[in-house]
Amino acid sequence: MPTTVGAASDLVAAIGNTPMVELRRLAPHDGVHLYAKLEGNNPTGSVKDRVARAMIETALADGSLTPGQTILEPSSGNTGISLAMIGSRLGHPVRIVMPDNTTTEREQLLRLFGAGIVFSPGAEGSNGAIRLAQSLADADPSLFMPYQYGNEANPRAHEETTGPEILQQVPEINVFVAGLGTGGTLTGVGRFLKRARPGMRIIAAEPLPGEQVQGLRSLEEGFVPPVLDESVLDDRFLVSNRDAVIGLRRLLREEGIFAGLSCGAAVAVAVRVAREMESGSVVVLLADGGWKYLSADLWSRDLDELEHELEGSLLW
Amino acid sequence: MSTILIPPVLRENTGGNRTVDVTGGTVAEALDDLFGKHPALRDRVTEEGELSRFINVYVNDRDVRYRDGLETAIGADDTIILLPAMAGGAR
Repeated sequence: MPTTVGAASDLVAAIGNTPMVELRRLAPHDGVHLYAKLEGNNPTGSVKDRVARAMIETALADGSLTPGQTILEPSSGNTGISLAMIGSRLGHPVRIVMPDNTTTEREQLLRLFGAGIVFSPGAEGSNGAIRLAQSLADADPSLFMPYQYGNEANPRAHEETTGPEILQQVPEINVFVAGLGTGGTLTGVGRFLKRARPGMRIIAAEPLPGEQVQGLRSLEEGFVPPVLDESVLDDRFLVSNRDAVIGLRRLLREEGIFAGLSCGAAVAVAVRVAREMESGSVVVLLADGGWKYLSADLWSRDLDELEHELEGSLLW
Repeated sequence: MSTILIPPVLRENTGGNRTVDVTGGTVAEALDDLFGKHPALRDRVTEEGELSRFINVYVNDRDVRYRDGLETAIGADDTIILLPAMAGGAR
């Protein structure tokens, strides 16, 4: 149940309190209840609104971000769009470093919210965007970089908002499944739920990256996001692009939920985990809506063709 | 015979091969067989006998760190995937 009654004071105040719906048709058997937290219902269409708000509010409160200062962040989409919206509300110019092989909707949305875009080579993946953003920030001290991969406000946003909402909506929860990106969702929600519910299991769905976007010149460039607390995780599954697309299509066809690619992966893992349980409740967090993926036509194209194309792009 | 998938960043140590067939009943035995065939990989994949923090190892789709680690059992049809730790995608 939304805790906000009546009108929000502005769009930023409307972030969070997203719906939870039961997935009756995707649940593998009667003993297990499967639920989805619809983060695509946030103002800019993804869970990252929570993270962007928390990072900006924290930085304004501790003085590391000053009024009117420009925000620079590496993001392949959702976080950038959230920062751009919030920055535009609060009077901060926003510049996003983004790989050049994502969908066109992300560029369109960033520009609509007034953000500048610096493209990084798609072949270097998200790691390439991070490297370029760090070098830009080092060269220009007037920029403020929230750096979602290393900013404790990221998991804290989930520990203080997403986690409590989930527990309120599904008090009997036994298993929580989410996609692994920065690790903020799994770490924050995981910390909260493990404190509240002994025996709680936290499970990560991780993308199997296409070979062309692995982007590492050496192993030493490998990257474990500082905000990811691996001790919170109980299991970690790799999901291929193909299985993620299949999950995405099942979400739409069987439950009417129009979601992004990482949601298909998270659902694939949630269904698999639920199948192995005799009874209990599984909550899967669906990080975004399908809008930013429409141009990739993930819902109707031939799977083999799509799989080949996804090898070389960064969609989640 | 199980198959190990080698990520692009490690293929200079396998003569460019994407996959290597190995024998062994556990991940540790399979990796030992791999290191026997391609010795330079040992120091890149492991540190003092443990998996390097920058490498994730999966049996089929499941991370072995959350199972029995290097002692995780493998069957003849299993695929072992080595992946460098990477930043997330569209987030």
